[in-house]
Amino acid sequence: MKSVSWLRFGIAALAISLAASARAEDAPQNCEVPAYLLTTESSLPKVADAVKNARTLDILVVGSRSSSIVSTSDAAAYPARLQAALKDKLPAVTVNLTVELQPKKTAEEIAGNLVKLVEGKRPNLVIWQTGTVDAMRSIDPDEFRQAVDDGVATLQKAGADVVLMNLQYSPRTETLISVPPYVDNMRVVAQQRDIPLFDRFAIMRQWNEQGDFDLFNPTHGVELAKQVHDCLGRALSKFIIDAAHLGPAQQN
Amino acid sequence: MTSIADRLSGPSAAAAPTPAAETVAAASTAAAGITAAPAAAAPAKAASPAITFPAVGERELRLDLFRGLALWLIFIDHLPPNLLTWFTIRNYGFSDATEIFIFISGYTAAFVYGRAMQDAGFIVATARILRRVWQIYVAHVFLFTIFLAEISYVATSFENPLYTEEMGIMDFLKQPDVTIVQALILRFRPVNMDVLPLYIVLMLFLPLILWLMRWRPDVTLGLSVVLYAVTWELDLYLTAYPNGFWAFNPFAWQLLFVFGAWCALGGAQRMARIINSPITLGLCVAYLVAAFCVTLTWYIPQLGHLMPRRIEQWMYPIDKTDLDVLRFAHFLALAALTVHYLRKDWPLLKSPWLRPLIVCGQHSLEIFCLGVFLAFAGHFVLAEVSGGAMMHAVISLCGILVMWGVASLISWYKREADKGAARKGVRSNADLAGGG
Repeated sequence: MKSVSWLRFGIAALAISLAASARAEDAPQNCEVPAYLLTTESSLPKVADAVKNARTLDILVVGSRSSSIVSTSDAAAYPARLQAALKDKLPAVTVNLTVELQPKKTAEEIAGNLVKLVEGKRPNLVIWQTGTVDAMRSIDPDEFRQAVDDGVATLQKAGADVVLMNLQYSPRTETLISVPPYVDNMRVVAQQRDIPLFDRFAIMRQWNEQGDFDLFNPTHGVELAKQVHDCLGRALSKFIIDAAHLGPAQQN
Repeated sequence: MTSIADRLSGPSAAAAPTPAAETVAAASTAAAGITAAPAAAAPAKAASPAITFPAVGERELRLDLFRGLALWLIFIDHLPPNLLTWFTIRNYGFSDATEIFIFISGYTAAFVYGRAMQDAGFIVATARILRRVWQIYVAHVFLFTIFLAEISYVATSFENPLYTEEMGIMDFLKQPDVTIVQALILRFRPVNMDVLPLYIVLMLFLPLILWLMRWRPDVTLGLSVVLYAVTWELDLYLTAYPNGFWAFNPFAWQLLFVFGAWCALGGAQRMARIINSPITLGLCVAYLVAAFCVTLTWYIPQLGHLMPRRIEQWMYPIDKTDLDVLRFAHFLALAALTVHYLRKDWPLLKSPWLRPLIVCGQHSLEIFCLGVFLAFAGHFVLAEVSGGAMMHAVISLCGILVMWGVASLISWYKREADKGAARKGVRSNADLAGGG
């Protein structure tokens, strides 16, 4: 008697979890981002220029480990998803995108390296994702800010527009990594240099709160990461198109 | 300027400072009327007129109230953001609950141990302070143990590929020997466990502070300001393990602690006229409103363009580690207004509605530790039982209820224990120092 009811319970649980996972896989993930998180006062003149005149857009993503899921040439990570979304929205434009992963390097270490990274590539836009390594190593926030500021200056001097991207919202490590000083300081640099900041932290937190994603999930699978990166890539494409003031005219 | 304290001793004691030798009043929980009598009878001609202790009789409920409030807010701020987070003061200005907590801690510590120093001398008071420091230290180590257990669990069970990078932070678990020793010498402190080490260091220096205060309170406060300024000028800090620095720089935060002590030892009374002048109050209101407008731009980014760039560049970042002047000023303004408008005899202080806060404030060390533990537990529950905004709010509320329940339990126990002690004529007022 008892074993039967356990069996029944097990089957029911299995059915529910199957249904849940099926739902997660087929429907495109709902990950609305409130408009205020995707608007910026700063603009991307070089991007606008490249799209309107040259019809090609060269993007370089400089980031740490969280700019990938499994490896650099990762079609599911947000850089590749961004490229796909941009191609989709700007069909008349050739979008080239390269990723320079710099795992375990602080902003200061990367800032010193940026000249080399942009050399030869001459990107119109550099997306610099940073802060995580610095937060994990508790680098002095003032030094961090200085390093980001130097890096942005270098990139601007090299003739590129810059978008800063901050840390991931990572609820499981919240008690270990103090995120706010790094998020705040990146905002300061973005304000002072008048460049757009893609607030990945706030966006992911929003998703978690809305229930779009359960970021506490201890899953070992790669599916959640793929969906989150897909959504990040799409949000980032909207953000860039908005900041570069690419109206419907350019989108065709 | 400020202090929670100007009215601490009541109008009669303010008019005629009670000579410190009269601390016998401590023996009873007498009503204010009784303590007012000796104060009026003996105008201060005592040996050390620089320091005056307010009559002990009645407990200053406002201190308990705001310390309790600070404890609740710290707890809520330590949880992931949720509905209740909107009630915490850091959303409405520059300063937050930490300022309240450290200030009141300085105030009560100076009040209790200053009196002990007067009565029993420097050595005995120092010994009592060190005993308190030891209690706080043990509490900190206890919390660290719980934290370690939680983190180890997460490290072994959590492998979401989305967070491969962030999970690298767990690497310290590979060297438990180093980590534990570093924690014992207060150099390894996880996020949310920064307040107690700061408090330990501040309390360690309390004997020195009190000794100086007995000599010249104003000079002591001046020295504290100088140390604060030097900290900013020379960038003094304490390093942490495995890298980084103390999240609350004791060289800077001592200012608030010493200021609290200064207020407790008579500074507040002397400042009463400044605090109550309409100009001060007007300035406070203006500053608080300005700070509120600035914070609005953090939460409603659409307003961001209304902020002049030049002010932004001058103002940001508002540094918590080194107790930014803007934060300190914000706390002063809040405190000044609170003291002015919320009188000692405010009837609600005795109402059952504020009882939960007051009772928590009266056992601040225990409740603080409990709050840190509950925040860990809250994180844990939220991680295991995924829940939306409601779940977050429910957890915050439950935590507060638990804090209230435990505080009531401790109160009950103390009352029973005191009943026994009262028969022998002994009553310690150490609980006023509260660990707060």
